[in-house]
Parts: sequence; structure tokens; C-alpha cells
Amino acid sequence: MTPPFAPWADPDAKPLIEIRNVTKRFGAFEAVRDLSLAIHEREFFAILGPSGCGKTTLMRMLAGFETPSEGEILLDGQDLSPIPPAKRPVNMMFQSYALFPHLTVEKNIAFGLKREGTPKAEIAERVTDIMRLVQLTDFARRKPDQLSGGQRQRVALARALVKRPRLLLLDEPLGALDKKLRQETQFELMGIQETLGTTFVIVTHDQEEAMTVSSRIAVMRAGELAQVATPTDLYERPDTRFVADFIGEVTILDGIVTAASRGGVGLSVMEGAPDLRIITPHTPPAGTQAWLALRPEKVSISRERPADADNALAGKVLDIAYLGNISTYHVALPDGSIIKAQESNRQRADRRGITWEDPVWVAWEEDAGVLLLA
Amino acid sequence: MTRTLGSRILVALPYLWLLVLFLAPFLIVLKISLSDLAVSRPPYTPHLDLTAGWAGIKAFFAALDFENYTFLAEDSLYINAYLSSLKIAGISTLITLLIGYSIAYALARAPRRWRPTLVMLVILPFWTSFLIRVYAWIGILKTEGLLNQALLSIGLIAEPLTIMNTNTAVYIGIVYSYLPFMILPIYATLEKMDESLLEAAADLGSSRLAAFFLVTLPLSMPGIVAGCFLVFIPAIGEFVIPDLLGGSNTLMIGKTLWVEFFNNRDWPLASAVAILLLLLLIVPIVLFQRQQMKQEIGT
Repeated sequence: MTPPFAPWADPDAKPLIEIRNVTKRFGAFEAVRDLSLAIHEREFFAILGPSGCGKTTLMRMLAGFETPSEGEILLDGQDLSPIPPAKRPVNMMFQSYALFPHLTVEKNIAFGLKREGTPKAEIAERVTDIMRLVQLTDFARRKPDQLSGGQRQRVALARALVKRPRLLLLDEPLGALDKKLRQETQFELMGIQETLGTTFVIVTHDQEEAMTVSSRIAVMRAGELAQVATPTDLYERPDTRFVADFIGEVTILDGIVTAASRGGVGLSVMEGAPDLRIITPHTPPAGTQAWLALRPEKVSISRERPADADNALAGKVLDIAYLGNISTYHVALPDGSIIKAQESNRQRADRRGITWEDPVWVAWEEDAGVLLLA
Repeated sequence: MTRTLGSRILVALPYLWLLVLFLAPFLIVLKISLSDLAVSRPPYTPHLDLTAGWAGIKAFFAALDFENYTFLAEDSLYINAYLSSLKIAGISTLITLLIGYSIAYALARAPRRWRPTLVMLVILPFWTSFLIRVYAWIGILKTEGLLNQALLSIGLIAEPLTIMNTNTAVYIGIVYSYLPFMILPIYATLEKMDESLLEAAADLGSSRLAAFFLVTLPLSMPGIVAGCFLVFIPAIGEFVIPDLLGGSNTLMIGKTLWVEFFNNRDWPLASAVAILLLLLLIVPIVLFQRQQMKQEIGT
């Protein structure tokens, strides 16, 4: 069995891109603040964050359209800052695709190679190959305005890839596509990335997209990195409430840490209710304020108190969101806070017999949630 | 039924307008161009005499001939005037294009909040009569005019320049007068151009200059074509500017036409000149319309 792809875990591995203490200011506004990050060869790296978090600025600095106010960006150990965009071994796929409307698909793709002075025969060959890879062969002589959104997206991708960049930047690459096409294209992108072995950095505000395609995700918030981790770690072990809340659905209960015991702690969230048991690697001293982040699919809902549950709270059904494959129950606790519980609808949901205003129990295991200190 | 009738009238109105105000005058001018000069009022024969009936109509048509056109072809003055008009209009269009493109480019790259004001400044001269603005150029260009005074006072020249009443003055006048017609269509195409295209060009390895010639210029082509026709077509027939600013050896067909009509009172010949000028202008106009049509299909 080959070991999983995780160069970031190897302390000896040399990263392809090193961002060192980069700050970017526009006037008085700091778009990126003292940010450091390493991206490894062959990674599919996502930069995720709400709009205005500085992710696009960070990407534009990688492409060379912006220069850092402070700090440096290295590619293969070489400082990128004196190199203009035209000379960087970095190509970008623009959010608007930025296809040249007066050129055919073929000529759009060949544009960068022609600028490099690649011999004609080689241009033809490489353009043909890349068009086959992104399934555009039949549209070679069309102009961009004669293509569908998905086809245009593929032209933009091919145009950036044909130059064989060390690093490919994708700015919200699927933002303009409808949901179904977006999902298909995500898998196409992953396939292409795997085939070519190019390092991809994708900027997106769509957490589902980032989770699907990437090997690691950097979550950004207000110009800083909130957390850099694999999709699984980000989802299962978020560092902060911001990350827990930004990725997927979550219930966050705040409370005070009580006694530590058996590799975990107790958390008092409500008067009159028993302390919640939480397994956690770090055991803060009693009296610390902390939060419990609970993913709804790890919380079960029942009419009776489950006998063997580590944690159980009584509440009342406030809302039911039926999504077809799953149902999410919003259960109000006596103190007014709400816990989300999810059940997959393996049998028809209407047979479960829990409905609005019903008194219910929500329950979860002691290792289901994450204790957060920030 | 009434609605159909109403809509038919509505559709017919512009055609009626063209019929009365364009086609009818055109036919009258065409007819005069086929007539002969005569000492009478109006100064040509034949006149259509409907009281003579069918014989009158026959006699009328029999008297029409192409004599004036033959004369135009024989006297090199007219051919030279046409050719000279083409040359002056062509060179003026080229100069206007170079200046107009630079201005349009600067406008399109100006900060967004400044653009409406700057465009306004381009249009502003239209608020003053065209004639007055051309007269103003006389004040600037004449021997003791503003330009010569300014150049003499800073010591750049020792003798006043003779610009007034030369072809140079005509070029200055045409370029000045038609510049907005060049700037506006080019500005319109440059302004709506997506700036990420230039970033994409840079990303794919183009220098700024290469990006201009490979992306900006081809994408502004519709504006360039529209601007050139808007300047070239009226410049060919221009009369006021060569008359006021040009000299005795400035030969332009609009001026020749005026001289035939008012000085020589040769209406038939002047009409023939006018008809030929029209035919000359039809070529670029048809080309222009083709271009416009292509663009509409393209978008």
C-alpha cells in the first residue's frame, strides 16, 4: 500500500511555494496580514473564506498582479517579487475566464505558447493534446461567445494549463456554473490535476467545493489564516468557532469547564442539566470558558432518553428541515439554545413519527463533539 | 382592422419622410444634372410642360442628356477636385484616428468617477455653432493670429508662419471639427473592455505593448471603423472648412460645387458634381453599413 499523499506532514519536504510573513495594504486597509503558508508540489490547495477575507488578494500576489507590502513569496526557494506576471512560471484561470473574444478556442489556447516563441509544430501538438484532455476538440474553431458556460470554463483551464505552469491558480473557477455542472466539473478538475501533476491553488468561498477537490484547505478570515488542514481535519477537528461554523453545519454550545477526568472534561452548559462529557486532547483547567461544537449528523434524536448515551438533553422540536436524503431537526433546549440533530432517511421520514412541538431527547457520544477554546 | 391601418401608417411615415425629403429632391437634382444651362429662371432647360400632353413629356425626355457628365470627365479640374477631396479626407481621417485613439484610450483609463466629466468635455464644443468655431480658427492661425504671437513671443520662430489659407489649415480645421466623432465610438469600445483580458494577456506572457496590439487594438476595431467612417464621409464633401481656412489652391469638391452653383450659376453642372459626389460617398457608406451589420450578427 502506498502511503497517503501528505508532503506537509514531512518536516524534510521542500515546499514549492513559501509565503513568508506577507502583508498587503491598500491605503490604510490591510487585506492580508502577516500571513505565512507553505504549499507543496502536486497539492490541490484551496484558499477558502468569506468575501473580503483577502483570499483573492493573496492569489493575485501569487500571480504577480499585486506586490506584497511586506514579506516575501518564494517559488522553489527563489523570491518571486521582482518577476513580472508575464515571466512567472505561474498561470491563472480568471473568475471571468477572461477569454479573448476575438480569437477562436484554438487561438485562445495557443496564445501563451506563441508569446513564449514555442515552435509552430509543438504549439499545434500541445494545443491538440490539451483540447483532447478537456474535451474541446470539436469546438476548436468556435469563438468564445459561441460556447456554453461549461465549455468556456474548460477553454480558460486549457489556456492556463497548456503553458505547463509550476503553479496553476484558479479564481472561483466554477462560480459561474450551475450546481449540477459544478459538481461534475469538480471531479473533472480533480482528474485533470491528477493526470498532469500540476500544483493547483484554488480560491473559493464555496466550502463544499473546497472540501471536494482539495488536499488541504486554508481558511482565511479578515486577512489572516484561521486554520490550514485537510478537509477531514477541518471538519472533524476545527480550531475555532469561526472555522467550525464556516465549514458545514454545526451547533455550538457555550459553557464552563468543570472536572477533568478519563482523558476528557465536563462542560456545564445549563443549570439543572448534568455536565456534558467531552473527550479532548487538551484539558483546560476547571472554570475556563469553552465551547462545544457538535455536527448535527453525530446527534441522534428520540422520544425516550437513550439508556446508553454519554450525553443526552431534553428539548422540544422547533423546526424540521426535510432535505430528501436527510432530515435536520432543530431542537430547543429549556434555556432557549438550539441543537441541530440529523437523521438520514433510510426509511421514509414520515414514519419516524417525530413532529413539531414534540418533547424529545437529543443524544451524542462523548467523542462526537469538539471542545473549542476560541 | 383600424389597428392594422394605424400601424401601417406608422410604418409608412418614415418612408414618406424619405420619399418627400430625400428621394424627390434627389430626382430633381438628377434631372437638373441632365439639363442644359440657359438664361432663364430657373437657369436651365428643358422644363416639363404637362399642358402639351404626351408629346410634351417625350420632348422633355429627349432634351435630357449626359453632356454635363462628359464635361466633368473631360476637364481635369473636377477629377482633380474629387481626388484631392479623397486625399484630404483620407489624411485627415488618419490624423484624427491617431489623436482620437490616444484621447479615447486616456478617457477609458481615467478614474471611473472622472469619465462622465471628461466625455462631457469632448462633447462640449458642440454647444457652439460649428461655423463660429471654424471662424475662431482664423483668429488663431492667421499671420498675426494667436498661434504666431505665442510662438514669436517665446522665441520659437523668428518669422510668422503662413498657415492660414493653406492645406495645413484645412487639415487642422477638419481634424479639430471631427475629432469628437472619432473619440466617442472608440471610447465606447475601449470602456466596455474587460480589464481582466489584459491581465490574462500578461499572465500568458505578453508585455504591455504586445497586449495592446494583440488584445486592445483588435477589440477596439469596431470603434475605429465607425469613427473613421464618421470622419471620412463628411470630410469628403466638406465645404465650410476649405472655404474659410483653405487657400485658392485648396481643391475640394464641396467648394467646387459651391463655385459652380453660386459664382457661375451653372446649376446643371453643379448638380452633376453633386450626383457624382453622392456616388463617391455611397461606396464608403455601404462598406460602413456592412461592417455594422457584421457586428450585429457577431454579438
